[in-house]
Amino acid sequence: MSKNKEYLIKRGNSEYEVIIGLEVHAQVLSKSKLFSDSATNFGAEPNTQVSLVDAAFPGMLPVINEFCIKQAVKTGIGLNASINIKSIFDRKNYFYADLPQGYQISQYKDPIVGEGSILLDLPDGEKKVGIERLHLEQDAGKSIHDIDPQNTLVDLNRSGVALMEIVSKPDLRSPEEVNLYIKKLRSIMRYLGTCDGNMQEGSLRADVNVSIRKTGDKKLGTRCEIKNVNSIKFMQMAIEYEANRQADILEEGGSIDQETRLFDTKKNETRSMRSKEDAHDYRYFPDPDLLPLELTEDFISKIKKEIPELPDEKKKRFVDKFKLTPYEANILVSDIETSKYFEDVIKNSDIKLATNWITGELFALLNDRNLEISESPISSKNLSTLINLIKDGTISGKIAKTVFEIMANESKDPKNIIDEKGLKQQSDPKEIEKIVDAVIKENPKNVELFKSGKDKLFGFFVGQVMKKTDGKANPKLVNDILKKKLN
Amino acid sequence: MSDIINLTLSALINKIKKKELSSREITNAYITRAEKSKNLNTYITTDFENAIEKAKKFDEKGNFNYKLPGIPLAVKDLFCTNNLKTTAGSKILSNFIPSYESTVTQHLWDEGAILLGKLNCDEFAMGSSNETSFFGNVESPVGKKVVPGGSSGGSASALAGKLTPATIGTDTGGSIRQPASFTGTVGLKPTYGSCSRYGIVAFASSLDQAGPMTQDVSDAALMLDVISKYDTKDSTSVNFKRGDYFKSLSSNIKGKKIGIPKEYRVDGMPKEIENLWQDGITLLKKLGAKIIDISLPHTKYALPAYYIVAPAEASSNLARYDGVKYGYRSEGENLISMYENTRSEGFGDEVKRRIMIGTYVLSSGYYDAYYLKAQKIRRLIKNDFDEAYKSVDVILTPSTPSSAFKIGDKTDDPVSMYLNDIFTVPVNLSGLPAISIPAGKDKNNYPLGLQLIGKAFEEQNLLNISYSMEKELSFKNNLQDWWIK
Repeated sequence: MSKNKEYLIKRGNSEYEVIIGLEVHAQVLSKSKLFSDSATNFGAEPNTQVSLVDAAFPGMLPVINEFCIKQAVKTGIGLNASINIKSIFDRKNYFYADLPQGYQISQYKDPIVGEGSILLDLPDGEKKVGIERLHLEQDAGKSIHDIDPQNTLVDLNRSGVALMEIVSKPDLRSPEEVNLYIKKLRSIMRYLGTCDGNMQEGSLRADVNVSIRKTGDKKLGTRCEIKNVNSIKFMQMAIEYEANRQADILEEGGSIDQETRLFDTKKNETRSMRSKEDAHDYRYFPDPDLLPLELTEDFISKIKKEIPELPDEKKKRFVDKFKLTPYEANILVSDIETSKYFEDVIKNSDIKLATNWITGELFALLNDRNLEISESPISSKNLSTLINLIKDGTISGKIAKTVFEIMANESKDPKNIIDEKGLKQQSDPKEIEKIVDAVIKENPKNVELFKSGKDKLFGFFVGQVMKKTDGKANPKLVNDILKKKLN
Repeated sequence: MSDIINLTLSALINKIKKKELSSREITNAYITRAEKSKNLNTYITTDFENAIEKAKKFDEKGNFNYKLPGIPLAVKDLFCTNNLKTTAGSKILSNFIPSYESTVTQHLWDEGAILLGKLNCDEFAMGSSNETSFFGNVESPVGKKVVPGGSSGGSASALAGKLTPATIGTDTGGSIRQPASFTGTVGLKPTYGSCSRYGIVAFASSLDQAGPMTQDVSDAALMLDVISKYDTKDSTSVNFKRGDYFKSLSSNIKGKKIGIPKEYRVDGMPKEIENLWQDGITLLKKLGAKIIDISLPHTKYALPAYYIVAPAEASSNLARYDGVKYGYRSEGENLISMYENTRSEGFGDEVKRRIMIGTYVLSSGYYDAYYLKAQKIRRLIKNDFDEAYKSVDVILTPSTPSSAFKIGDKTDDPVSMYLNDIFTVPVNLSGLPAISIPAGKDKNNYPLGLQLIGKAFEEQNLLNISYSMEKELSFKNNLQDWWIK
């Protein structure tokens, strides 16, 4: 990587490198909670998805939901990580109104998934980011402070929902790498169906660890942890702010306090939440209500068989088999639905054209209307037909854009649109020659100028021909014939 | 009526099955006696009206094939009972009415039993004399101002005083066996994982186990048949093949190998306990068993390890009683002060003491020195038993290092109170089954018990050996009903 592409914080003569590690909390895609059979639907009426276990009634006991275990193992495999045959659920003890048990069941020393990695696609190559671990834990409920002026209200619907905490190594170096990391992680989990990655609904949030050190230094600086950031944009803003804050302190000869900070999205700044001295003593110990979790090789190998082709493999296949550029392949594989759509389209049509139309026109359309590809008004079948109509010369690329616009609004078969609107391309050379002759005849002055060297006027003649044919003339034929006649 | 209350559980069942007695007659007999026995303070909550209704219903169209057909029972107030107040002996749950039933009590009702009410116990089962209950101490029928033991003190007192034909308790460090020993009754702590913990107010999850408290060994076998069942709602429940304990009872114990652990001969143990133990050994020899001296070298570490592990788990288990969701709440200016007020007013001294010990031993910097070390000791104690069971079938010890003491005698000295559990806690730490049977009396005529400790899941062996001893011992409490008004 060339020096000038690095993300560095400059202060006077000093340059600081930014070291970032993420603890991502990903909600496990599961109909029921980690230790109870309550539902997990987002947006349900408060306290309607709460069992006696979730509300920690006396004598209630947790029972592991096997599906959540499966999801965690699946995610571990997707992160190229080692799966721990034996893992232990611990209690993390602290008091809070939305934590009914007075402890969170989590995994402390023995997580279900060990070290793995994620591959990022940077403009100048790939970068491997280490995964430290993945562990399962319960989510807490929600304290609501802004409904009642006097009281805090508690909603326990989220209490006990399964989360995967995915901890990266401190391998990230810029806000952009964080962006790519989160997107890649989300993409992998969506491929696997283990987390919907919906950040608006809180299914994916992260604690961001930031430290800085002078370029060339080997030793890591003191880090600050920014808690519970729930969008990529905010993560990037928080890192930017925090790195600069730390650089200011160091530059003035100060030192960084290890602390937990909050990101204020309105003021775009991080604020101290609690110092290391005030850190909770969580008094972790193995939950005596749960036996150590022991997986069988058979359980793991069955899950391995269910792993679909993941983004990295798919990208490789797209490059090798379809001759896409790595850049194009990346765009098409980042979302599993997009990759499916693409593969549907190219079953019966030209790959190059399909790539351009999907990454160009279709993405613009979806972006414009804020739609997922699964909601596209243009089906993969219709897009495939359109591409074939371009390929066989039935319509020009330009007309195709008009047809595409109509398809976007009417979701019709492009063939019907072309028939209805009479948009079929004129490809009879004799017909085009007649029109070209007419245009030359009508514009003697411009013909004169063109012949005297004003080459740019060629476009004018093409335009005139197109005008006379409502844009339907085959552009290649028009060009050829015009060239012949004018020279 | 006096006939009814003098019958054992199995005798009552026979009479009901033969229609010689109705459920209503039996239920009425126990209710009448309970109303005259308020002095003992055994009940926290009674459910007599419902009990009579249920007894009527049973007499009309009950199923006489049930194991406990129309039998009225009172249970320790640590078992959650649907729609009936469940306090765990604590102020903090003094207004708590569950909307669910514990698995173990559900098994009782499913076999035709009828709930009489909820019996007093030490607060959150923390105590060895039933003096820590928010609802006051319980007196033992064996003598005025004598403790019934704890924590299942109300259960033991009600059973010995004939206010219930049988009952169930919970045993975390001896809470079934010690009060059984103090009251001249039979108390069985089954193997950890035999009886579901679902719906039992938790004290120390890795040690808590429910079990029967009965007048004799046959009744204990019968009750165990009912309550020992695998339960998917408790992740520590074990799916092993359970015996048909009552039917399989046998007094033939010829050739059984009985271990006598030398480490249980503790300093300062009263002569009468030593003699009791010796008599037990002699009796077993006479019955054809083989006596083998064994060593359980880590025994002396059991009590300290127990008083780290149990409070550690308790400190976490009791965190849920915070005034937010149910139970007692004291108001405060903010969340923290509400917590502080609720918990300082809602918990008694012994519970607070253990929460503090537990919090301390789990805190960072002390975890390794205390909690982790205690867990290692626990493993060593278990290994001692495993080693011993290579050469013996069961182990015989006294149940307690002394007989029942007077109310107030030990309340100012927690450590001497804790020493009462010295023979019972190694069993909980190892998850093994053990039974206490009445085997003699001290100079005050207070009962003394012997403890038999078995191999995991071999309750039948324990029951058979104690059954054969019981026949020979023919222990009688001979209570004078001094408390009846």
